[in-house]
Amino acid sequence: MIKVEGIHKSFGKVHAVRGVSFEAPDGKITGLLGPNGAGKSTTLRVLYTVLRPDQGHASIDGADVVTQSLDARRRIGALPHGAGLYPHLTARENVAYYARLCGIDAASIEERVDDIIGLLEIGDFADRRSKGFSQGQRTKVALARSLVHDPQNIILDEPSNGLDVMATRSLRDLILKLKDDGRCVLFSSHVMQEVAALCDDICIIANGRVAIDDSADGIRQRTGCDDLEDAFVKAIRRVPPA
Amino acid sequence: MMRTLLTVFRKEVLDNVRDRRTLASALIMGPLFGPLLFAFVINLSIERSLDDAERVIDLPVIGQEHAPNLLRYLESRNIDVVDGPADRDAALDAVSAGEHDVVLVIPEEFAEQFIDSVPARVEVIADQSNSQADRQARRVRGALRAYSQELASIRLTARGVSPLALRPLNIDDVDMSTPSGRSAMLLGMMSYFFIFALLMGGMYLAIDTTAGERERGSLEPLLALPVTRNQLLLGKLAATCVFMALSLALSLGSFFVALKFMPLDELGMTPNFGPVTVGAAFLVLAPFILLGAAVMTLVASFTKSYREAQTWLSVVLLAPTLPILIVSILTLRPRLEFMFVPSLSQHLLLVDMVKNEPLDPLHVAISAGSTLLLGGLLTWICARLYRREGLLG
Repeated sequence: MIKVEGIHKSFGKVHAVRGVSFEAPDGKITGLLGPNGAGKSTTLRVLYTVLRPDQGHASIDGADVVTQSLDARRRIGALPHGAGLYPHLTARENVAYYARLCGIDAASIEERVDDIIGLLEIGDFADRRSKGFSQGQRTKVALARSLVHDPQNIILDEPSNGLDVMATRSLRDLILKLKDDGRCVLFSSHVMQEVAALCDDICIIANGRVAIDDSADGIRQRTGCDDLEDAFVKAIRRVPPA
Repeated sequence: MMRTLLTVFRKEVLDNVRDRRTLASALIMGPLFGPLLFAFVINLSIERSLDDAERVIDLPVIGQEHAPNLLRYLESRNIDVVDGPADRDAALDAVSAGEHDVVLVIPEEFAEQFIDSVPARVEVIADQSNSQADRQARRVRGALRAYSQELASIRLTARGVSPLALRPLNIDDVDMSTPSGRSAMLLGMMSYFFIFALLMGGMYLAIDTTAGERERGSLEPLLALPVTRNQLLLGKLAATCVFMALSLALSLGSFFVALKFMPLDELGMTPNFGPVTVGAAFLVLAPFILLGAAVMTLVASFTKSYREAQTWLSVVLLAPTLPILIVSILTLRPRLEFMFVPSLSQHLLLVDMVKNEPLDPLHVAISAGSTLLLGGLLTWICARLYRREGLLG
């Protein structure tokens, strides 16, 4: 369960996030939707604790991301945008490294790594060095790595970027599987269709503010648009410019 | 805490070992660069010194018939007289064309002037901008001067004047330098090679800790893990230090081997660089490892990319030479305050070791203590900087 309450974040003169609030409950998929530069990544970075909010609070399963950041990180599996692997390590070693760092005890690491490799269907190239991996392979391994400690909350920043149809499809299946497990999945995207197809809740962000936060049907109703894309455009037009 | 640190450490070591090109440049280029350059310089100077004294040189002489005694004298000084060009003009051409290095011209009037006891003129034609020719010309001139002096003595004696009248002063050089001491001058530059190799060994890992991870996109997911940034930084720093220590050990080892093959005693040098000195040198230089690792990590953390980091770190590679250079130019003797200056203190201690002079334990303690203290301080600053948001770039 992820809670965000009125967070602000500036970089110099750029006020990237201006009071974003939303909730991402367990057992649901929450989509953070918005045009490029809307503040999606900054919001997510605050959630996985690499940025501190200037104002406001955010918590993961009740653990504050600033004051209890280590606790918060324990409950998150994060896939940052464009996450890279260690090219000289195999896919398996990349995953195992994170497993060790997350404190999984030595005896069960192998089993856990095997499980996650099976879950993400990366067995075919698990023992190859990740140097020459395709974007899809890289994303899968990076995802496996961030899920290795079995986190309750999963934060994915534009995970489908650069993926082909097949890879996108298996990513979608995985996200649904995680939801069925009762986990909290929060992911960002700028692709309307993707979000519409997957999410239970959609939080549309523009210019660092929340434009609308509801289910797909709720958004259609409130904007009076049958087409989600029209609804999206209408919603972000209502947000005052930065 | 220790477990995470060890995990990071092991991964960094594995990662670096797998990166063969980087490893090769760190562990082969660094340690071999010094001994190879050193061997080259030593061999060159041995060749030159042999050249000067013993080698027989051929000297084309024009007008040989005018001075048979002089030619005999030259032959006795390992200078073989050979037939030269036809005349003086041809000799000038031959020398400027590089056919001959040196040509001696004995003019026709030589015999006449000689008999009249007026200065008899001879010409040494050489291109002095060519160092090889200049060396030969110097030998020829030296031989001519000696001949001239010998004749002067004979002439004075013939006139009833003691030749000693020409020598109001008798200058004796008493050289107090020991063979080990003489080596120290040349081997002084060796301490920089060690520091260079030591830094090279950890350079790539130091960059990787910040700029490298960031460029690859692996920094952000790493920082989102439930570990503290101190653990990550210290683990990486430890791996950096280990590779630096390895590089230093290899460098000392390669020097030890290389010195065995260098005919240093021909230059009157017997450096004290046995296995015990090698071990002691490692211990004296070891405190510099932490300092070097911290400085490199610190500098790299401010850069935007791997490439930019490499550029800046090549400046860091040169920085330790500065104090060594200043003290060498001013030929300052080791003093207590110098021991507070990292790189300089290690250099001075190393020179003393090579000279086979006893080390002052206080100096060793201050050198190690101050270097470690500074290294610790910089590590602390690194850790602080590793916590800032700007790290993500």
